[in-house]
Amino acid sequence: MTFLQGFLLLFFLFALVRTIKQFRKHQMPVYWALLWVMVWLIAGVVVLLPQTTDIAARLVGVGRGVDVVIYLALVLLFYLVFRLYARQETIEREITKLVRNIALDRKEDDADKTV
Amino acid sequence: MRVVAIIPAYNEASTLAEVIKYTQPFVDVVVVVNDGSKDQTAQIAFACGAQVVSHVINRGLGAAIGTGLEAAKRLQADVAITLDGDGQHDPREIPAFVRAILEGADMVIGSRMLTRAGMPWYRQVANFLGNIVTFVLFGVWVTDSQSGFRAFSRRALETIEIHTNRMEVSSELVAETKQKQLKLVEIPIQAIYTQYSLSKGQNFFVGLKTLGKLVLRRLM
Repeated sequence: MTFLQGFLLLFFLFALVRTIKQFRKHQMPVYWALLWVMVWLIAGVVVLLPQTTDIAARLVGVGRGVDVVIYLALVLLFYLVFRLYARQETIEREITKLVRNIALDRKEDDADKTV
Repeated sequence: MRVVAIIPAYNEASTLAEVIKYTQPFVDVVVVVNDGSKDQTAQIAFACGAQVVSHVINRGLGAAIGTGLEAAKRLQADVAITLDGDGQHDPREIPAFVRAILEGADMVIGSRMLTRAGMPWYRQVANFLGNIVTFVLFGVWVTDSQSGFRAFSRRALETIEIHTNRMEVSSELVAETKQKQLKLVEIPIQAIYTQYSLSKGQNFFVGLKTLGKLVLRRLM
């Protein structure tokens, strides 16, 4: 095992433990926990046994195993960026609702005082 | 019949007093939505006799219009008119909007593209692109989807829901009329362009951001 493999395996193990801890604390829904556990396990297998990616490469018709990993990683990253963007948009909407209600309530309070 | 004018305003202290003064003769109430301005916008609006609703932080045009429509609903408005605080819209055209609502429209857009007089060419191009995006994403064709001079019937006030916060609200409002099966009408207006009002428009990058947010609005 090379130094890089060891380092990556340790990182994936750390990420796996964090995912399970978050799931146990109910900070992550079950489907997201399952997805992340799968991601870290597959990443661990790929780092430990790089030749396994060649099987996947042959299955999808891509030349090298490492290319499959890069393509999949890109797709996953795009998806995660989209999810983050959507989540941010939801938070923005919630903030606006809050700001709007504060503004309208304050206006009504002012109107009550002047009556 | 109660007509309420809504003026979304962010740092409009230099033009707001005139806009309020010229609007008041045509409406029953002027509501200024002060969108977290750093200048004297709120104080000026209050001094001019407008009702002021203040956002504690800046949330953008869409959020301000949403707050204004909600305020108009609470004021039992029969017609709500939105116009810009930069002096770009002529309040003397308000009666034409009210007439269109009385004739059965739920939302009236004041279209600058029906006259085009005085409109810089790059604004015309930007507006045309905005119209195409609105049509492709939401399936409604209007000649000036980005116009800020609009009127809403009580039915529209009760049914329209605004989710977007910034410039994308213009296209969203058009989309809402289709989704809520509201009658949309366009009437020609004459926009007043000044150095000041031109400086307030969207630039290319804001336009791209608006496009991204509209795509997300379509997906969500």
